[in-house]
Amino acid sequence: MKQSQFETRHQTEWQAFEEMLAALERGKTPAPDIVAGFPAAYRRLCQQLGLAQSRGYSMRFVERLQLLVQRGHHQFYRHRSPLGGRLLGFFLGGFGRLVRSEWRYLAAASLIFYLSLLGMAALVLAFPELIYSLISPQQVAEMEAMYDPDASRLGRFGERGSADDWMMFGYYVMNNIGIAFQTFAGGLLFGLGSLFYLLLNGLIIGAIAGHLTGIGYDEPFWSFVIGHGAFELTAITLAGAAGLKLGVALVAPGRRTRGEALRLAAAAAVRLVAGATLFLLIAAFIEAYWSSMTYPPTPVKYAVGALLWLVVGAYLALSGRGFHASE
Amino acid sequence: MPSALSATALLDNTHRVETPEGIDLLLHPAGLVPRALAFALDLLIRGVLLGALGFAFASLGKFGMGVGALLLFLVQWWYMVLFEVLNQGCTPGKQWLGLRVIHDDGTPVGWASSLTRNLLRFVDMLPFGYFLGALCCLWHPSFKRLGDLAAGTLVVYRERNVSTPALPAADAVAPPLPLTLAEQHALIAFAERHSTLSASRRLELASILAEPLQVTPAQAEARIHSIARGLVGQQ
Repeated sequence: MKQSQFETRHQTEWQAFEEMLAALERGKTPAPDIVAGFPAAYRRLCQQLGLAQSRGYSMRFVERLQLLVQRGHHQFYRHRSPLGGRLLGFFLGGFGRLVRSEWRYLAAASLIFYLSLLGMAALVLAFPELIYSLISPQQVAEMEAMYDPDASRLGRFGERGSADDWMMFGYYVMNNIGIAFQTFAGGLLFGLGSLFYLLLNGLIIGAIAGHLTGIGYDEPFWSFVIGHGAFELTAITLAGAAGLKLGVALVAPGRRTRGEALRLAAAAAVRLVAGATLFLLIAAFIEAYWSSMTYPPTPVKYAVGALLWLVVGAYLALSGRGFHASE
Repeated sequence: MPSALSATALLDNTHRVETPEGIDLLLHPAGLVPRALAFALDLLIRGVLLGALGFAFASLGKFGMGVGALLLFLVQWWYMVLFEVLNQGCTPGKQWLGLRVIHDDGTPVGWASSLTRNLLRFVDMLPFGYFLGALCCLWHPSFKRLGDLAAGTLVVYRERNVSTPALPAADAVAPPLPLTLAEQHALIAFAERHSTLSASRRLELASILAEPLQVTPAQAEARIHSIARGLVGQQ
């Protein structure tokens, strides 16, 4: 069949397909019967393109069909399931399963982070001047002011009223999630960036904890951090685990090429980061609205803190075990 | 398949993807310069946005500062992701330069891969001014930066509408000798492109074929147009 015959025979079909595409690209949902006909129309077009190429029709004509096919491909293979449902399913079950299947990375990240934290805290308790090797005297003074046992509210922006909880919430979200994202991204440098941020955060938090405990501010400090710490510290180790996964894929790709291993590792790692982000949002909320309160007595704060640690542990260990989601 | 498209594939930098339907998608990856321009434009838009919002929220006191910090976070980390996923792979900057982000296999970019490539942007920016990203982009055959490598994504030119040009008026004739597919292609392409070539260049090209077509060099062009018409099947 000559090209112009072919063209006239299918012209109306292509025009209809193009209109369908335009509607889909604008994000509209066309009539159900049109949607039902789309896959068949798309496959027919693919077949026509194959014919046109093998029959040697003119380049411009083939290009035109190719363009239609490309746009069709883009609409046909679009992921359309609603995000809310997928997120909910992920946080109810998928995340717990993912964390358990990647427990090695989480264990490694936790070991690095908590060991450096506890080690630094012990060192600063033994040699108090050691804190100035990490943190400038001015910042230390700020920290001391924050956790002064006489202050009515604790934490950053200590002298604020409750109307300013919003400011703290915003600050914590921006600061902490930014750190978590950096910890993850650093994994792309063969895991070294994640290692660095895990160690750095562990050392700084450990130094501050050791210093404040050493100068007798232990009660306001520990009762302040124990609540949101459950979510915040776990989130840092989760982000670190995601970064380490990237690094390991690059250093020891196994039987895959490095690129392929990296791609597969990143797909799982980014889901770990999504979970860490949720943890940090919760942590920022607790930190701004609960941890900073001084009127609950200290035992209550410790009890709530311990409960939150239990909740985090139970969530990671148990969620998503009972039922099998249809995937 | 001996089509003219695959014959030119050695010269251009197209990225071929075979689809489940058994055909090849031809994608055109975008190089460093258009991508850098698109990023600069997005940076500018974000700067203006943050400036305006910051000014508005600063007047609201500490509550405004909190909301401002949330917005800063949103714009800094989620601007690219939200636009790429919800706007067919285009941030405003990419839209302006006619680019879009897609998966390696030509399918639209999703939440996970868009988030991956944009979080890893942090490493691409190291040690300063997108140094690693630019190096990787220049080294990779499909101009991927590190984030694209990990996420399995690709920045390509958006497909543009091509109009099929009308063949020049001539009487359709059959070719005087059997032509291979590639030769047919060449003749049709010559006729299709006649409006974009100068008259002297057309004469120069057509006179190469004057002898096999058994016409004078001056008549060769009209003759090729006629044959092209005959091949396409227009009367």
